[in-house]
Amino acid sequence: MKKYLVSILLLFSLGAAAQNLDSLKTGEKYEVTEADYNNNTVEMADVMRSNGKIYVVVGAIVILFVGIVIYAISIDRKLSRIEREVFKGKG
Amino acid sequence: MKKNWWKILSVVLLLYTLLAGLLVDVPRLSILNETIRNLHFHVTMWFAMIILLSGSVVFSVKHLRTGKMDYDDKAVELAKVGILFSVLGMLTGMLWAQYAWGAWWSGDAKQNTTAICMLIYFAYLVLRNSMTDEQQRGRVSAVYNVFAYAAMVPLLFVLPRMYDSLHPGNGGNPGLNFFDLDGKLRMVFYPAIIGWALLGLWLAELRLRSRRISRTIEEV
Repeated sequence: MKKYLVSILLLFSLGAAAQNLDSLKTGEKYEVTEADYNNNTVEMADVMRSNGKIYVVVGAIVILFVGIVIYAISIDRKLSRIEREVFKGKG
Repeated sequence: MKKNWWKILSVVLLLYTLLAGLLVDVPRLSILNETIRNLHFHVTMWFAMIILLSGSVVFSVKHLRTGKMDYDDKAVELAKVGILFSVLGMLTGMLWAQYAWGAWWSGDAKQNTTAICMLIYFAYLVLRNSMTDEQQRGRVSAVYNVFAYAAMVPLLFVLPRMYDSLHPGNGGNPGLNFFDLDGKLRMVFYPAIIGWALLGLWLAELRLRSRRISRTIEEV
């Protein structure tokens, strides 16, 4: 498991390195700059953020995700229990 | 617990993706607006799919070399989760397209070739169900899986780039530069890919284990 993850990470670092080279020859590519973070002429969900209510939505999403994960964990444990029973004495 | 560390890692990375992906500052770009955050959800689906399908094809080759049924089980379960991710990626992509390009389906080169690729993989599942003999099913579907994977690479990465496409990362020769990313987006984007891929692996593992159990019960 660990060696697969390491090889995936290495693959990503390769991509990142290539991207740095690629950004040198800007052609059709759009380069995101600091100015894009401060460009207030583009509409964003600022109202949602300014009155703080966006966190309620994020909270709801996190609760849903955690609930689904707990369900997956319970399936996982149930399978482990059955495995112990079925593979008993089979090595 | 020690063997399950990657499941915990997956959940942690995905919680980080949800929180950071929704709350961290993003570039304010016209047309995209807040939808740029879909990068951490829509685009990562496809990256995770490619990782899962790559795993699937590796096990298909292993099955062909050894004839072990366990490899065939691994290949099919990874492919199933990969196909699930492709359906989710397509649906999220269509939703995003409706707001960014103005239509659910605009017959864009990337959309069309991706749809063809998905059909090829759907046929993999149909093909499997058409055979009753296990060994035969394993061999034929493993060969087909290798073909499907070989078809996926040009369909997703080469052909869309030969035409004008609305989809970012196409046109010209972007090489490995899939997206006009900057450092802040990458900080969420890469962990998100690993998180989704590991979640897919977890789902595949659950089904694989139930498959092994029923195989053992059948033998008794």
